[in-house]
Amino acid sequence: MRPRTMYEKIWDAHVVHEAPGQPALIYVDRHLVHEGTSPQAFAGLKTAGRKVRRPELTFAVMDHSVPTKDRHLPILDKDAASQFEALARNCRETGVRLFDMHSGNQGIVHIIGPELGITQPGQTIVCGDSHTSTHGAFGTLAFGIGTSEIEHVLATQCLSQFRSKTMHILVHGERKSGVTAKDIILHIIGELGVDAGSGYVFEYGGKAIRALSMEGRMTVCNMSIEGGARAGMAAPDDTTFAYMEGRPFVPRGKDFQQAVQQWKSIASDPGAVYDKTVEFDAGKIAPQVTWGTNPGMVTDVTGRVPDPSQISDPDEHKAVIRALEYMGLRPGTPIVEISLDRVFIGSCTNSRIEDLRAAAQVADGKRVARTIKQAMVVPGSRVVKAQAEKEGLDKIFTDAGFDWRDAGCSMCIGMNPDVLPSGERCASTSNRNFEGRQGKGGRTHLVSPIMAAAAAIAGHFVDIREWGVEATE
Amino acid sequence: MIPKQFCKLLTREGYGRLLFYDWRYLDGEKPNPDFVLNWPRYRGASILLARTNFGCGSSREHAPWGVLDYGFRVVIAPSFGDIFYNNCFKNGILPVTLSDAQVDDLFERAEQREGYRLTADLPSQTLADEIGLNLSFEIDPFRKMVLLKGLDDIGLSLQHEAEIDAYEARRKPSVTMYDPVDVKVSKTAK
Repeated sequence: MRPRTMYEKIWDAHVVHEAPGQPALIYVDRHLVHEGTSPQAFAGLKTAGRKVRRPELTFAVMDHSVPTKDRHLPILDKDAASQFEALARNCRETGVRLFDMHSGNQGIVHIIGPELGITQPGQTIVCGDSHTSTHGAFGTLAFGIGTSEIEHVLATQCLSQFRSKTMHILVHGERKSGVTAKDIILHIIGELGVDAGSGYVFEYGGKAIRALSMEGRMTVCNMSIEGGARAGMAAPDDTTFAYMEGRPFVPRGKDFQQAVQQWKSIASDPGAVYDKTVEFDAGKIAPQVTWGTNPGMVTDVTGRVPDPSQISDPDEHKAVIRALEYMGLRPGTPIVEISLDRVFIGSCTNSRIEDLRAAAQVADGKRVARTIKQAMVVPGSRVVKAQAEKEGLDKIFTDAGFDWRDAGCSMCIGMNPDVLPSGERCASTSNRNFEGRQGKGGRTHLVSPIMAAAAAIAGHFVDIREWGVEATE
Repeated sequence: MIPKQFCKLLTREGYGRLLFYDWRYLDGEKPNPDFVLNWPRYRGASILLARTNFGCGSSREHAPWGVLDYGFRVVIAPSFGDIFYNNCFKNGILPVTLSDAQVDDLFERAEQREGYRLTADLPSQTLADEIGLNLSFEIDPFRKMVLLKGLDDIGLSLQHEAEIDAYEARRKPSVTMYDPVDVKVSKTAK
């Protein structure tokens, strides 16, 4: 048999029907839903008189619109309250398992899937959310789908899909201290551009990817969509299996050993052919800070805000002028001279326990700058929150002047009470710096958790490498 | 395209008013006279001309719902975000991919002539205007057929129900919970 990529192996194992010139029908192993994009899908199903084919393969959670404090109080936002009611009702009527906002296992959908062991190597996973690519860190084919497709999966447990092309992204070498998984992926997107992955699935490999923890790999895969790829994946290995062992939905004992043997066969075969290969040297990557209005508008912390007059491409020239105007930045400003109003540590990109440990290491014994109006830490799940509290991280954060919140999407998305006010500037560990993403008129700079924590303390961006912080994910 | 504060509605309708909201309106929902869709000459437009990577990012179908509800049936751009492109077909919108130069030319034509009319013909895969333009565009034949016939995706897939049954019998996809978690599951569940 000819050598195959991981993507091809997973694809081949899930084909239900394939005919020339048509999209294939692909079986979906795990379907994750949240309150934001599912109500119309359940309603459409009902109108058409169709049933959920395999309710036990779908998991629902409330994350996008949930408040991150005072959750015992009634929900004031009527639209959000009706989303929660609709999801609870839809789950009740169809038998789909639900982690509601009061569940001890509630959290951001892409945090809890891996955390509970719902996510397993070799699976196909879909969710009505573009950051579903996160789960690819376990060697799964995972991607975001629209509401019509959610309805399709509910009805058929399948999706109609065309094959993607594959891009092998190799990151060689070793990260320098203070450089994280977030910096790796921001650097890759900055180099390749935000639409380079259109039509592709990314497979990340190379020594620097293998050296990352699962949390770090999830951060990298999470932002594949910001490079235009619907899915990003990394081969499962001993790091993956060690992370998975003992999680609630993962097999035990002999069954686990058997599963591991099977999971090991998922990695791409030696000699497998990719449609494209790109290579990076991790040793040359510096901490990254975005200055513009898409994640590809990014530079080293030692860099400066670009000067549009030096850009010859007319479209890029226009885009940079527009971005700087929205961001309220002057050309040539050193990144470390950009002052901030708020700091947000959270989101499906960077709210796992390792992210919080790293940020706490920076914040320990220090104080948030007086000029910062708010610095918040939002754990990705209630399990992460409980673990952090067990380790005393919450105390480190609150002593330093950070808000310690309940789990949810929070200020990454501005669909809940946590919104970035217009004109304010925020260092954020999230994934998107689009206009209005964190709130209308809000100005977002994407950074790693340690860079965000340091910015909160200094009041402006700093090169975390100068603070002597050990490399973390 | 649709700010997220409007993505909490439970329906698929009514998003036309909200399309490009932050650009289209000033405070108090007053139309922003600087925004192109508010110019009288483009009122009632049914073809949207756009630039690279249009619709990038979110998987939310609120974006195509807004495009359609506003009155657009065709979107033309040099490239599209994958998920948005896919979602267009699910909602009867034709996304047309042209080269940068072709899109530039269309922008010029629309800007130079008030009341510019462009016709997209899906069966022949052509774009034509009244002043000599005649372009052909590529589209996957299956997607073209689905759009032209207005086929229901789920209905199409359910024609393969026996194959889905066979796949499940062979691979036995299932979920086992080995440790209890704090999850609600209705008694009606299997």
